[in-house]
Amino acid sequence: MNFDLTEEQTILQGGLRRFLREQATPDTLSGATAGDAGHSHTLWQGLVEMGVPMALFPESAGGLGGSGFDISVVFEELGRVGAFEPLLESGILAGGLITELGTANRQEVIDQIIAGRILVLAHAEPDSRYDLAHVQTTADRVDEGWLLTGRKSLVVAAPAADMAVVSARVSGAISDRSGIALFMVPLNNPGVELRSYRLQGGGRAAEIALEAVRVSDNERLGGGNEAFAALERVHARACAAQCAEAVGLMNGIRELTVDYLRGRRQFGKPIGSFQALQHRMADMLIEIEQARSATINLCGHLDAPSAERERQVSAAKNLIGRVARQVVEESIQMHGGIGMTMEYALGHLAKRLTMVDCRFGDADWHLERFVRLSAVAAEEFA
Amino acid sequence: MDINYSAGQMAFRDEVKSFLAENLPEPISRKVATGKRLTKQDHEQWHAILFRRGWLAVNWPRDFGGPGWNAIERNIFEEEAALAHAPRIIPFGLAMLGPVLQRFGTPQQKDHWLPRILRGDDWWCQGYSEPGAGSDLASVTTSAVRVGDHYVVSGQKTWTTLAQHANMIFCLVRTSREGKPQQGISFLLIDMKSPGVTVRPIVLIDGEAEVNEVFFDNVRIPVENLVGEENGGWTCAKYLLTHERTNIAGLGLARAALQNLKRIAYAETSGETRLIDNPLFASRIASVEIDLMAMATTNLRVVAQAAAGQAPGPESSMLKIKGTVIRQEIDKLTRQAVGPYAAPFLPEFLEESEQADPIGPPHAMPAVQKYFNNRKLSIYGGSSEIQRQIIAKAILEL
Repeated sequence: MNFDLTEEQTILQGGLRRFLREQATPDTLSGATAGDAGHSHTLWQGLVEMGVPMALFPESAGGLGGSGFDISVVFEELGRVGAFEPLLESGILAGGLITELGTANRQEVIDQIIAGRILVLAHAEPDSRYDLAHVQTTADRVDEGWLLTGRKSLVVAAPAADMAVVSARVSGAISDRSGIALFMVPLNNPGVELRSYRLQGGGRAAEIALEAVRVSDNERLGGGNEAFAALERVHARACAAQCAEAVGLMNGIRELTVDYLRGRRQFGKPIGSFQALQHRMADMLIEIEQARSATINLCGHLDAPSAERERQVSAAKNLIGRVARQVVEESIQMHGGIGMTMEYALGHLAKRLTMVDCRFGDADWHLERFVRLSAVAAEEFA
Repeated sequence: MDINYSAGQMAFRDEVKSFLAENLPEPISRKVATGKRLTKQDHEQWHAILFRRGWLAVNWPRDFGGPGWNAIERNIFEEEAALAHAPRIIPFGLAMLGPVLQRFGTPQQKDHWLPRILRGDDWWCQGYSEPGAGSDLASVTTSAVRVGDHYVVSGQKTWTTLAQHANMIFCLVRTSREGKPQQGISFLLIDMKSPGVTVRPIVLIDGEAEVNEVFFDNVRIPVENLVGEENGGWTCAKYLLTHERTNIAGLGLARAALQNLKRIAYAETSGETRLIDNPLFASRIASVEIDLMAMATTNLRVVAQAAAGQAPGPESSMLKIKGTVIRQEIDKLTRQAVGPYAAPFLPEFLEESEQADPIGPPHAMPAVQKYFNNRKLSIYGGSSEIQRQIIAKAILEL
């Protein structure tokens, strides 16, 4: 048992923290959201030059890490300043699936991602909500290839990407785990249409319409139609990244709130000397530590057998979702009116932390799932 | 980072498990598991078994007869003991007085009292709280006046846990009214058989008389029973409070309570439906289980820091609050789980020897008793509000 980072992780953490403190200013972030790409070219180049995408891939795929705790170090630092560069989308989701399942030119694509090429995963659909198996988009066999037709929703960072990993159903009913395939689809292919929009938490996403988009057999990941297990594994890693980012956001908010309680004076003294606020702050601090622990639990179980891994996913997402809400609402309340402005740093961090719960499943969704996943293990009590 | 125990820690855990399996008397663990009353003899028997193994004084250094465990080993032992339904180790002599004597006692006091604590010759209780001194401990008024080579003690202590079993009590007493209230307090060891000591039980809402009032009426105590300096008792008291307290989160106890809750939720039914299959109730259990999974790691993080020699700061307070919230939630769900049979008040069923059929399921009365009893968790040892003050003070530095 050991809760210390490795030497490499400590160096990465320190470098990343310094770089983001200097470069990921509120102006840079709001400018990134306003631009067409939905991210900052400067930040992205800086991260790539520091080798941050490389830390998300295992050595076998040309990376430098890829463990749960490599992921958490990176995403906690991004969260601390509210950065939204597409590392999760490109490195964890698209890159993770390509690593897992392989393509004709697997290593070439991974090397490109490590060098800064942006790919995304287009998986969720208008009716899927948080159900990972829900795939209505169809892949129809034609000649030596496939025709993809359907709609993909909330594809974060798609406006910055040139290629998407697209899930489509080859067989089975809409929510079957079986019969899902993944295809590499250039986003300038005929029949692909993007509708780009801003996100509450910063950055941009797109709704993607696919109208008889033609792809070849070579572009099917892993050459098979059973991609669900890989999707679930990569989803678990994405949840770990997102939980770590949330812990970073919570700590960024904690710092702002502590400073504010110390500096803001009313009735002749710092508002942090009032017990009502002190106790709210203490409760918030306790829960932030719980959120960190839940994230550690998940990161430590990413390579566990799927039943235990998924139970940890839902435990962490439930707890993070609950704590995120508490931290957002309490920090705004403790700040008062200034906490509701976008001029002050809290505004962006609070919005981004709120959105954590709306991606990959909210607290209630994961609570219900945790109950289901625990039921088998718990029959010993029957 | 590695969230798993090392091979050596796993081997230690196995050693603890097999020791418990072989040495914890079944009649005692059955009482703990089913929420029955433990007698003084039960506690003494278990203490003696641990003493023979060298595992009784878990936070004492080896020189004084402790096992020399680090924080991780202590944590493993305490968690396994709770899961095996061992009685808690009565803390007053072992966890509280022992470290104070080791730090502040004279050589004579150490030689005399420490072996007696280990052997169980004395049953100690703690004389801190008074009717007018609860969270504000420095306002104690029980007075000790020096007369020759004795102190004459008068006043009243309250909430004295298990004083009915005790022959000795360590007390904070007022020896001076000069300066700040903290400056006139002394730490005194008092023989409860001395003339003028009276113990009166207090029946709590769980129906049990676990705590007492202790009255002192001109009780004469030899001056060699003073620990530390006269008027230096606050230092001892603070040392005791800030001395690394293991198991403050009550993790093993929370896990054992969660298992008990699940067992009851599988046994209880409404019509054809098991309570565990009621989605609302199942989600309440899941929610607290998720909190507990995270707290286990929060606890290990603090334990790992302590094992690395870092003094715990506000983390102890965080663990006490969160552990309390979790345990009280589990206790509340367990009471809720027994349904309408929470209503019958049948303290006789807490007695192992009771032969009559219980009213309702046998787990009902202990569940309700525990629910009421554990309201204490957020009050004693520094209430949750005091703990929040400690956290806020440390973080806000105001």
